[in-house]
Amino acid sequence: MNGLPLLVAVPALAGLATLALRTPRLRRGLLLGAAVTHAVLTLGGWRYRPAPAWHGWLAMDALSLLFLSLTSLLFLAAAFYAVGYLRSPQARVAETDEDENFLFNPVPEAVFCSCLLFFLGAMTLVILSRHFGLFWVAMEATTLASAPLIFFHRTPRSLEATWKYLLICSVGIALALLGTFFLAAAAGAGADLKLDALLRGAAQLDPRWLKAAALLLFVGYGTKMGLAPLHAWLPDAHSEAPSVVSALLSGALLNTAWLGILRIHQICCAAGLEAFSRDLLVLFGLLSLGVAAVFIIGQADYKRLLAYSSVEHMGILALGLGLGGAAVYGSLLHAAGHSLVKATLFMTAGNLLAAYRTKAVADVRGALTLVPVSGALWLAGLFAITGAPPFVTFLSEFIILQAAVQSSRWGVVVVILLLLAVIFVSMAAIFLRMTLGHAPKQPASATAPGESRWVVLPPLALAALALVLGVWLPAPLTAVLREAAALLGGG
Amino acid sequence: MNTVALGPLALALAAAPLLPGLINRVKAFFAGRRGPPLFQLYYDLAKLLRKGAVYSRTTTWVFRASPAVGVAAGALALALLPSGGTPALLAFPGDFVLLVYLLGLARFFLVLAALDTGSSFEGLGASREVAFSALAEPAFLIALAALARASGSLSLSGLLGAGGGELPVRLPLLLLAAAALMLVLLTENARVPVDDPNTHLELTMLHEVLVLDYSGPDLAFALYAAALKLWLFGAVLVRTLTGWLPGSPALQTAIFLAGLVTVALAVGVIESCMARLRLTRVPHLLIAANAFALLAVLLGMRQG
Amino acid sequence: MMLHSLTSLLLVFLVLANLRLLGASRLNVCIRTVAAQGVALSLLPLLNASGLSLTSFHALALPTATALVKGALFPWLLFRALREAHVQREVEPYVGFTPSLLFGVGSLAVGGHLAARLPLPGGSPLLVPVALATMLTGLFLIIARRQALMQVVGYLALENGIFAFGASVMKEAPLLVEMGILLDVFVAVFIMGITVFHISREFEHTDTERLSALKDWSP
Repeated sequence: MNGLPLLVAVPALAGLATLALRTPRLRRGLLLGAAVTHAVLTLGGWRYRPAPAWHGWLAMDALSLLFLSLTSLLFLAAAFYAVGYLRSPQARVAETDEDENFLFNPVPEAVFCSCLLFFLGAMTLVILSRHFGLFWVAMEATTLASAPLIFFHRTPRSLEATWKYLLICSVGIALALLGTFFLAAAAGAGADLKLDALLRGAAQLDPRWLKAAALLLFVGYGTKMGLAPLHAWLPDAHSEAPSVVSALLSGALLNTAWLGILRIHQICCAAGLEAFSRDLLVLFGLLSLGVAAVFIIGQADYKRLLAYSSVEHMGILALGLGLGGAAVYGSLLHAAGHSLVKATLFMTAGNLLAAYRTKAVADVRGALTLVPVSGALWLAGLFAITGAPPFVTFLSEFIILQAAVQSSRWGVVVVILLLLAVIFVSMAAIFLRMTLGHAPKQPASATAPGESRWVVLPPLALAALALVLGVWLPAPLTAVLREAAALLGGG
Repeated sequence: MNTVALGPLALALAAAPLLPGLINRVKAFFAGRRGPPLFQLYYDLAKLLRKGAVYSRTTTWVFRASPAVGVAAGALALALLPSGGTPALLAFPGDFVLLVYLLGLARFFLVLAALDTGSSFEGLGASREVAFSALAEPAFLIALAALARASGSLSLSGLLGAGGGELPVRLPLLLLAAAALMLVLLTENARVPVDDPNTHLELTMLHEVLVLDYSGPDLAFALYAAALKLWLFGAVLVRTLTGWLPGSPALQTAIFLAGLVTVALAVGVIESCMARLRLTRVPHLLIAANAFALLAVLLGMRQG
Repeated sequence: MMLHSLTSLLLVFLVLANLRLLGASRLNVCIRTVAAQGVALSLLPLLNASGLSLTSFHALALPTATALVKGALFPWLLFRALREAHVQREVEPYVGFTPSLLFGVGSLAVGGHLAARLPLPGGSPLLVPVALATMLTGLFLIIARRQALMQVVGYLALENGIFAFGASVMKEAPLLVEMGILLDVFVAVFIMGITVFHISREFEHTDTERLSALKDWSP
């Protein structure tokens, strides 16, 4: 039995089963079980790379292995966190905003759990799919599976975020579908949209249609990935979703959308349009960095702050790929680092939200004294997300910059450094203000559940991993990263 | 100059006033009335020509010149049109642009004369006429361009005649162009659903209000010019649809005249079955005409 | 050749549907129009197949499914949302109807211009322009109408345009993918319908202009 269909089937079936289950304990157990099974199956992929399944529709190359492992790991952490979150009163009594002072009954937990699992299944399908049509179908499925998750709190604000997310992403993804059809037009009559067939026949692709297709796919999947100026949905959805969902959106979903861009980049390289594709990526990357920097300065909502930081890091990923050479390796490593760190931060943000009951930066003080572990994680996350040593993000950003210097693209180097500095300063100002100082003496802290192990250990583990990878990259990981970079025409 | 075409031109100039009479008979039939005689417009014209003209003190020479310009432009435009079997009296590459501009010239004088009277009602009519024609003229021009593109000829005699390509390929194009031309015909001649020629409410009228101040021979000229215009648009429409038909000149002339009668009948039927559109809706109709014409162009872009 | 003309006729119908969508002031008219457009679309793959081959399962399955989903399920879902949400029946445009219609004609011209640069071998010359014009119309409706349901209609028009293009390009597309796409769009409309219902319940309106709590610039 091939493992690939199983990877998709396990979460999907578990998701269906969760809908039927009545007792919360069983449901949560199933969520954890599916996450663990998925992780174990993925881990198996590191030992024996499974053979392609379904007549080559599903296959696992180095790129998919890398992204699948990230997704699986993050989901495992998120599953544990979600159980802790569902046990807390926060999930039952929705967060209250000062301006919208009413409570709503959240969506039944069953829908939440099964949507989480469907989300995982759809993301796995995206990552494993070798056919652009199937890829699109799965990508749209991730949007649909995650929309109810964002709506979990059922506040007017989350409703607004859900609507924007649904509409913007659906329209963006629709453009990607058009791009997929353009790709078929480029391949001519009887086109086979399997990645391998397209790579083999890349020389025969009509360059005009291919260019238009690449542009549309960049825009389409770039919308989903949150590249500026297509990022409009991202801050809203990330700030209004439950924190565990934000962690998955930012850490896993954005990566899967990025994979779509990587795939079309692969084809562009094979068809001799590498320069076109790389220029586009650099442009998108710089724009994202710039937009993120502008909105991070003086941001009043710390979850939105993290969302804009995601825009920034997606920009760095695009830049890395656009610069080519060694930067491709850096970009892939950065994707891994960003996922780990951003998931840590969003989960920690969830803990802060539970303790302070507000997302306003101005109302959070002295996190280190009120919630010591989360406060420390928040502080560590600051250094990790801004690319300070010894975290893995430092390593990857350094590799990307080094590659830019080596190809003497000084303009790009200066702009990146400048924007990164601006982002570092503004984020540090906000994060330090939140963690240090005296905690407010408000009744919120009295009702705060304290820090349960369920919600502290997952981010802690992810942060530790980001730290370890910064000082020691295991040989198998380096090998896979190199193999993946080679697929994308990088060294 | 093709002197054989003098015959059809003379026929057009003589028979043009028949079309409004025909339309009125159809409407009368639908309403269950006997209706005015077929030659009513001839009687009217004869009566008006015998009368004297009255001019308002505010009017200038523009007001007096306008009906004559209208008739002259109409007659010249008809000379550019091929009728059944024979090419037009005047034919040269690009003459379809001249056709559009001749109609524009007539409209320009009509509108100017209406403004010349200084009446607010006529000003209102003039503004509407200009507003609608701003949409109708492009549609007309684009439709002709589509035909030119499909037939490969820049002359009306060619593009309204037998164009290249086999019929099944060209049929959608011809139908689209014809649909656009039909809508333009209804607008340019102020028929239902754009304007109701029966009403004499100044607030709703288009064409009627523009000629409100004319009397005697001037009114006769204005009415005759309108009849010429109807014949002209009808002829373009008929030739668009039947230009590809083979046959001797006599047969083609017969087909052409039969086509014109059909157009008049169709206008009469439309007028009997439909109500006038709300004024703000008329541009929507004309935008649809533009869309049809544009589709015809696109369809003709890569023939074969 | 006969098929060719029929295809052109269908495409002209699509354009007329676009114009109606742009010019209509009532939501229910728009919902019906976009459904009719979808049904017309479902016939396209039939005509595009080389000759009218109604024998194979594949050739019949997709058009039938498309017609059912686009012609029956979508209007049902949207009308249900319309009824249960008690929303206003006017589309509430930001951009007036006449400029909207002019945009529709302009989109056709843009489509023709782009099609001249991206030649597609075979098929009707109207196909690419009309497909692009339909997509642009959909995007325009999403931007230029306030009603949340109208944005769903715009999304459907966008999808219709893409489908029109895809049906002619992907002649031997795997059934799995086509059905997957259809299923995705169906679920998307389903979830959007539910969301519209919730929006109308929470806010007592479905005017998307007033969904503006989340933003970073406050004027």
